[in-house]
Order: sequence, then structure tokens, then C-alpha cells
Amino acid sequence: MDTILNPWPWYISGPLIAIVMALLLYFGKTFGMSSNLRTLCAIGGAGKFADFFRFNWKDQLWNLTVVVGAVLGGFIATHYLSNDTITDLNPTTTQELQGMGFDNPGATLVPNEMYSLDALTTPKGLLLLIIGGLLVGFGTRYAGGCTSGHAITGLSSLQKPSLIAVIGFFIGGLIMTNFILPLIF
Amino acid sequence: MKFLKFLLVGVFFGIVLVKSEAVSWFRIYEMFRFQSFHMYGIIGTAIASGVLFLQISKKGILKSSKGADIFVPKKDNGFIRYIVGGTIFGFGWALIGACPGPMYILLGTGVWSMIIVISAAILGTFIYGILKNKLPH
Repeated sequence: MDTILNPWPWYISGPLIAIVMALLLYFGKTFGMSSNLRTLCAIGGAGKFADFFRFNWKDQLWNLTVVVGAVLGGFIATHYLSNDTITDLNPTTTQELQGMGFDNPGATLVPNEMYSLDALTTPKGLLLLIIGGLLVGFGTRYAGGCTSGHAITGLSSLQKPSLIAVIGFFIGGLIMTNFILPLIF
Repeated sequence: MKFLKFLLVGVFFGIVLVKSEAVSWFRIYEMFRFQSFHMYGIIGTAIASGVLFLQISKKGILKSSKGADIFVPKKDNGFIRYIVGGTIFGFGWALIGACPGPMYILLGTGVWSMIIVISAAILGTFIYGILKNKLPH
């Protein structure tokens, strides 16, 4: 039982993620989570403002169903399949984050300093979440995919555009984590 | 019933991403600081398994549930959209520690403030849709 309740090692988790991609391909669909953001825009009537949102979003309901499942999966995993192990971070990472003002790095999935209701009531906290969300939503559509569509599906099918996108993901991520986050915190 | 299989795939996906800690903001930070192999191991073995699956299905051994060939749509050719869009995505990914899949999953784990991130991401996608024809691709 501990094997399930403890965090799963990377060499188990990676192949399981590939199974998600394989199952969707088997059902005649493609693994791509960010497409749902476009679908939600279309459902909300964005087609009135741009051609990009004028498509038959009903064809994408299967993918929104995957999203609903993912939310449920997150609930099930935390409530029934986890113990109170904290994320086994590199001690250097923990020290660094503590130095930046993060208490108990790894005790939760996301830092309270950014995601707690207290953080939300500060303009800085609220702004960070909004800016982060905007960057992800804009960037993923501009790049034509996110981690699931480009890094997993695109690279697995050896597509050059996906390799360029993933290099972009890392350029942005490395700059943010190494140079911008230390300025924010 | 048609949708049940997709719901179950989603549940499985959510569980795997929580149990692997790939939804952890701290794991993403650690990855971009090159301080742990964990995330590289996950992404690396996912891609390796994916390549293996697609190479096997290419040989025609595996078919889809409808009996057709396993098919992965080709991404359009281009450079600017992928490198610039990817970099913008990377900024957001490292800041909020979640990409579009984990955003929803984290909501399920009880991170309610994710609603703000998801709403902003929808707005970001909307802004792209409006500006699409003015952007270099």
C-alpha cells in the first residue's frame, strides 16, 4: 500500500503519462490539454470577435471530458491515494526557497505564498497569478500546444516544430526561474 | 457512455500527475534550477515510451479502436511562433508552476486560487485569437 501512497518514482510516472497519450490516440484523438482553453473561449462566444474561435466546439467535448476527469483525478489522488509525505526536494532547492521567503517548501503542492487566500488579497499575489495565467494561455496558443501537445505528443512523434517549441519552453522557464523569480521574491 | 472512456483517461491522468509530483510548483522550480533529475526523468521516460509506442504502431501492429491507423496530426511548419510562443509559455509555466493540464488537476486537489489562473489563461488564449493575424508565425 505504501508503494501507492508514497510519491511515485519518475521511471514509473513517465511511461504512465505516455499511456495517457497512447489511449487517446487509440480512441482516435490527440493528447493536448491547452486546446481546451480555445474551446472554452468558443463556448463563451469568442467567435463574435475572431475567426479563430469560429469552429464546432461540440467536436471538442471529449477533451473537456478529459479535463473533468483530470479534476476528479486530482481530488482522488490527494484524498485517497496519498499520505502526508512531503516532496523530497534537493536540500539546496529547499534552502534557496527558504531564503526567498517560502516557508516549508514541498509541504504542499503549490506555495502558500502565492496561492493561499491570504496571498490573493494582496495586489502582488493576485497580479502574479493573473500574469502567469495570461502568459500560459497566450503562449501556448501562439506556440500551438503545451507540454502535453508539444513535449509529449510532438516529441514522441519526432516533429521538429515541437522541438523548437520545447526549446522555447525552456528558454522562458530558465529565464523566469533563474532571473525573474529572485526579483519578485 | 461515449464519454465515459475519456472521463476515465482524465481521472488516470490526474492521478498520475499528482502522484508523480509533476503538478508541484516546487518540482518545476527545481527542474529549472537543474537541481534534480526527477522532472527530466519523467519527461524523458514519457517521451521514450511514446516514441516506442508510435514506432510500433507505425508498423501497423497496433490499430485504433475503430481499426484505423494510429495517427498523430502534423504541426505546421514554422519557427517564430514556436520559439516566441514557447518562450512566453515558459515564462508563465515557471511563474505559476503549472501548465494547462496541471492547472485543472490542481483545482481538483483543492487549490481554489487556480480558478484565477485558469480564467487568466482563457483570457490569454482569447487575446491570442484576437491578435493572431497581426502576429508573425
